[in-house]
Amino acid sequence: MTDVGAHAATSLHFKDNAKAALADANLQNALKFVEVNFIARRREVADKLPEFEALRDCARDIKDHTLAHLDLYLEAFEGRVVEQGGHVHYAATSEDARRIILDICRKLGARTVTKGKSMVAEEIGLNDFLAAHGITPIETDLGEYIIQLRHEMPSHIIAPAVHLTKAQIEDDFRRVHTHLPRDRNLVEPTSLLAEARAVLREKFLAADVGITGANFLVAETGSSVVVTNEGNGDLTQTLPKAHIVLASLEKLVPTLEDLSQLLRVLARSATGQEMSVYTTLSSGPRRPGDPDGPDEYHVVLLDNGRSSMLAGTFRDMLRCIRCGACMNHCPVYHAVGGHAYGWVYPGPMGAVLTPSLIGIDKAGHLPNASTFCGRCEEVCPVRIPLPRMMRAWREHEFEQHLSPATVRTGLAVWSFFAKRPRLYGFATAIAARLLALAGHARGRFSWLPFASGWTRHRDFPTPQGGTFQAQWKRRELSSSKAAQPPRLGPPP
Amino acid sequence: MAEPMARRVGLFATCLIDMIRPSVGFAAAKLLEDAGCTVEVPPQSCCGQPAFNSGDHTTTRDIARQVIAAFASCDYVVVPSGSCAGMLKTHYQELFRGDPNWQPRADAFAEKTYELVSFLVDVCGVSRVAARLDATATYHDSCSGLRELGVRDQPRRLLATVEGLRITEMRDSNVCCGFGGTFCVKYPEISNAIVRKKAAAIKSTGANLLLAGDLGCLMNMAGKLQRDGVGIEVRHVAEVLAGMTDAPAIGVPARATAGAKR
Repeated sequence: MTDVGAHAATSLHFKDNAKAALADANLQNALKFVEVNFIARRREVADKLPEFEALRDCARDIKDHTLAHLDLYLEAFEGRVVEQGGHVHYAATSEDARRIILDICRKLGARTVTKGKSMVAEEIGLNDFLAAHGITPIETDLGEYIIQLRHEMPSHIIAPAVHLTKAQIEDDFRRVHTHLPRDRNLVEPTSLLAEARAVLREKFLAADVGITGANFLVAETGSSVVVTNEGNGDLTQTLPKAHIVLASLEKLVPTLEDLSQLLRVLARSATGQEMSVYTTLSSGPRRPGDPDGPDEYHVVLLDNGRSSMLAGTFRDMLRCIRCGACMNHCPVYHAVGGHAYGWVYPGPMGAVLTPSLIGIDKAGHLPNASTFCGRCEEVCPVRIPLPRMMRAWREHEFEQHLSPATVRTGLAVWSFFAKRPRLYGFATAIAARLLALAGHARGRFSWLPFASGWTRHRDFPTPQGGTFQAQWKRRELSSSKAAQPPRLGPPP
Repeated sequence: MAEPMARRVGLFATCLIDMIRPSVGFAAAKLLEDAGCTVEVPPQSCCGQPAFNSGDHTTTRDIARQVIAAFASCDYVVVPSGSCAGMLKTHYQELFRGDPNWQPRADAFAEKTYELVSFLVDVCGVSRVAARLDATATYHDSCSGLRELGVRDQPRRLLATVEGLRITEMRDSNVCCGFGGTFCVKYPEISNAIVRKKAAAIKSTGANLLLAGDLGCLMNMAGKLQRDGVGIEVRHVAEVLAGMTDAPAIGVPARATAGAKR
């Protein structure tokens, strides 16, 4: 379990988080972008590629194969990295990963580190840890830079600042970049980008260590692969004295050929691009004759509970390539955004992964807050059965008696009747009659006891009166008495 | 041509139709009988989704065994709901995987279970219905029917043969309405935010009738439209296909005559 991350998690308060999110006008405005843009763009590029569905199968198979032989590919990867002059560190826990990274930084006397976007760094709470030990981390992905200024977590795994409007970002830049002229024009989004670029350029040059995540690790070549649209990953890993790659175990793929297959589904599923603008492979420190590159190259491989997922119900989740398509298509994410989920990974993938990493006792709401509409699974490039896994978490929760008492009691009463169809028929017939009598005049109820969750926001229709089964039985009886072909339609 | 043996269909009415809107059950029976099937209604309660989706798989298995046994003698099991049909057809199998006694029974049960409209079109070969309704309707694709069972074109094809009916597509007809079974009462605010968007999409079509194949979704959307004072009628697609639109629309009192005219 992630100690630092788990402390910071507010997943337990998902309901309150969601309520606040629904009332946040800026957030609701910003979220429209996800719903409108990401979905349409993905659809467009997917439709243009006739083999897209076949590529998804292929992507799933590559990841499944890798997971089945993860030990071999890890060894192969390590062997190649070491051959190429790099170092591989295994971190069983977040704590271990943070320590390893701090030690490397300290040995180099590092005072600032630049960072490429890394969800694993968020998972281990790296920034706060480094800062607490006197090392200043600087996020270089534009979105990450913005949320670092705001002391926030990413709200989306590929678009960390997607919860913000442009006006909010402009305010932040004016608040923090006080060395720049006050009357500068930041109306155009490109002017914000240019300002961030100029500010960051100096930080790139001053940094002692660059830390990046990895979208993939290639066993064949010992390469870590980062895709970006800003090129910040390249500067982060080539300019400083040392490059540290922080990646979780399941990022491995066997070969460059496999990598190219996965890249073809990744960008299409994520941003609706055919390829990201930059795809950077780094395979070791600077070699003699290289024009640039770091003197040291380290790969920190984080387990943090993943190897135990490998043998269990949630293994398929390890196929995830972090494209964000599931949240881009999720009606719940569209409604409440990423922060409501209360930890690093939001949306459907987070609803499955977060309980694995911080515990179902802390993250129980996440797999419950789904309508099971299935759109996430429909778009997942590696075909993870996300609804089925959310349901599996609900099963664990139920078995461990973690579900709320009201749910358990309601369910127990309901199942008592549901398991006894005749008694059920009797009880529902009475209930239907009573409700029909009470709601006859209006045709619907605007308030019902035990159903206020429903009637707070919508009306409930009055039952027509008499159950279908009872009416059907009467129809059958009367038609057999009359020995005539059955009359259609409910009895008058 | 020799008269083929009539298909013996067990109608699984679903608990919501059974209790709230029996007229949908009768409409389904009429459509099946018109397609040459004989219809039986074995004793039934619920498909088990509330327990299944709350993680109580022991109770769900009890219910599933009971449903499988009750419909054992039917050639087909037909369900006027995509989500309950999906439960019977795909999830019962998951529940009994590896069970030497029940897996084969669940498999055979899955094989013969269908959602109503897709059964009419794909199995019975129904290509048109004898119904008439002067209305402009929009059709919502309920999630489970759409994604678990591939119900999309079948209802639209049959609706196109209803005399006097015009279909106008809403934007995002394939996006969830926010019902989600127990989701809508466990997370009412989120459910409300989702159904609010759906209601806006429905309104912007200008249709005076909303149709779908799942009563849960229909009650959710009807309840929202009515709470907002929008006078769009809401009905199960089977009612329109069967030409049985005499019963007032969902949530409308018996005396009212608004919206679609026959």
